[in-house]
Amino acid sequence: MYVAVKGGERAIANAHRLLEHERRGDRKVPEIGTDQIEQQLSLAVDRVMSEGSLYDRGLASLAIKQARGDLIEAIFLIRAYRTTLPRFGFSVPLDTGAMAIRRRISSTYKDLPGGQVLGPTFDYTHRLLDFALAAEGEPAAPVTAPVDPEERFPRVTDLIAQDDLIERNPPTDPAKPVGDLTREPLAFPAERDLRLQNLARGDEGFLLALGYSTQRGYGRNHPFVGEIRMGEVEVEFEIPELGLTVALGEVTLTECQMVNQFKGSLTEPAKFTRGYGLSFGHCERRAMSMALVDRALRADELSEERTSPAQDEEFVLSHSDNIQATGFVEHLKLPHYVDFQAELALLRQMRRELTSRNTHPEAAE
Amino acid sequence: MPDAEAARPNPDPRAATMALLARATRKELALPLSAHWPNLAFATIRAPEIGLVMLRGRMGGDGAPFNLGEATVTRAVVELETGERGYGQFLGRDPTRAEQAAILEALAQREADREMVERAVLAPIRQRLQEEAQRKRAETAATRVDFFTLVRAEG
Repeated sequence: MYVAVKGGERAIANAHRLLEHERRGDRKVPEIGTDQIEQQLSLAVDRVMSEGSLYDRGLASLAIKQARGDLIEAIFLIRAYRTTLPRFGFSVPLDTGAMAIRRRISSTYKDLPGGQVLGPTFDYTHRLLDFALAAEGEPAAPVTAPVDPEERFPRVTDLIAQDDLIERNPPTDPAKPVGDLTREPLAFPAERDLRLQNLARGDEGFLLALGYSTQRGYGRNHPFVGEIRMGEVEVEFEIPELGLTVALGEVTLTECQMVNQFKGSLTEPAKFTRGYGLSFGHCERRAMSMALVDRALRADELSEERTSPAQDEEFVLSHSDNIQATGFVEHLKLPHYVDFQAELALLRQMRRELTSRNTHPEAAE
Repeated sequence: MPDAEAARPNPDPRAATMALLARATRKELALPLSAHWPNLAFATIRAPEIGLVMLRGRMGGDGAPFNLGEATVTRAVVELETGERGYGQFLGRDPTRAEQAAILEALAQREADREMVERAVLAPIRQRLQEEAQRKRAETAATRVDFFTLVRAEG
């Protein structure tokens, strides 16, 4: 039985007003601007854009402010907002090979064309709290160095591919539509395009834990970071009525090319395999985790026995979305008064029956 | 930052103009428009609207495409009295800027205005983008690792 109840409107309105007050914090402290969030909490912005699956730094900054820094709540706001907008179409696939590199490293080759370029990284910091940041003061301006105009950054995987030592990426099949999770619900088995879309917007913590689990032996795939690159890539869009492909501006992306354990057969020479990670913004941990999980989910395709959670696409893809997850977990907070009354009545009845059996054992026969 | 024109030479002059207008700041469009084309008459063909474009990546960087995630885009189409139709579109949400970009794209098609659009609008944007790209490349270059091998003691 469902009993409709009303009430709580005033409590809800007042609670939201109190929430706004708490969000603002001590009013003697200057209010944070969305421009400050965008500029100074840029990696939080990157995460909200990635998992919100919407590239818009201003909106992500606003969402972070509104959510009081609760990033999953901010991602929720972004996902809700995107449903209000029409879709104009699809970009030309982004060319990460033409990226304006701001960071590029490889753990497979020390010397490679373009070199190892660290860019703005937390790597090699000592992870000691910098108390100077608690005081006012500007950091030093970055050092600059001469740029070779001929400088190029070929993909590390292309260098390996020159000797045919690594599998080729699957070619484009123009007849095959690109799967889209935002239009069709996920069905299993899912193809790699849908898996990558799911992982690209998946919860970073979940991807990290699954990627880590493969390293610890739950679906081991012996990864090397062939390359991580971060920088700006031009977005191109076709305007059909003009027959023109035009640039819309640029987005920051992080790409991880994982080079994994080789695969061969009696007839095929062994080759390295690949896992791929791509993320909005500067999200290296996320791109690496995505690449590990992408590779793990290719178990069937590579004739590997599926033994571990990271290789189980139904498990991974069904639980990667933190908005779905938080919705279902948090819905437990909503009134379940009637459900619970039913359970309570059942429990009382069971106990009564037991008591009556114990008091009148012959009656229970 | 990719130099919009240098990274991939675009043979179509309209596409090249649009690429620069897409990267413009509000001021870079508004100031020259009011200075050189005040009271310009135009018709709205498609009112500025904000929407989404699904950005696609490629498996492994160069393989089959997949949907990475969406981005906000604003677009507008206008027509000048002389018949030129201008298109404005770029990443982000800014209806005013989309209309201004569309007007300037139309003006760039008009023989009498082409040079002024180039001089007052496109050239300054191009120069700013080149300077920004150059600065970022120089900052990045300073973080390139120079490896050196330590002498290993035999023993």
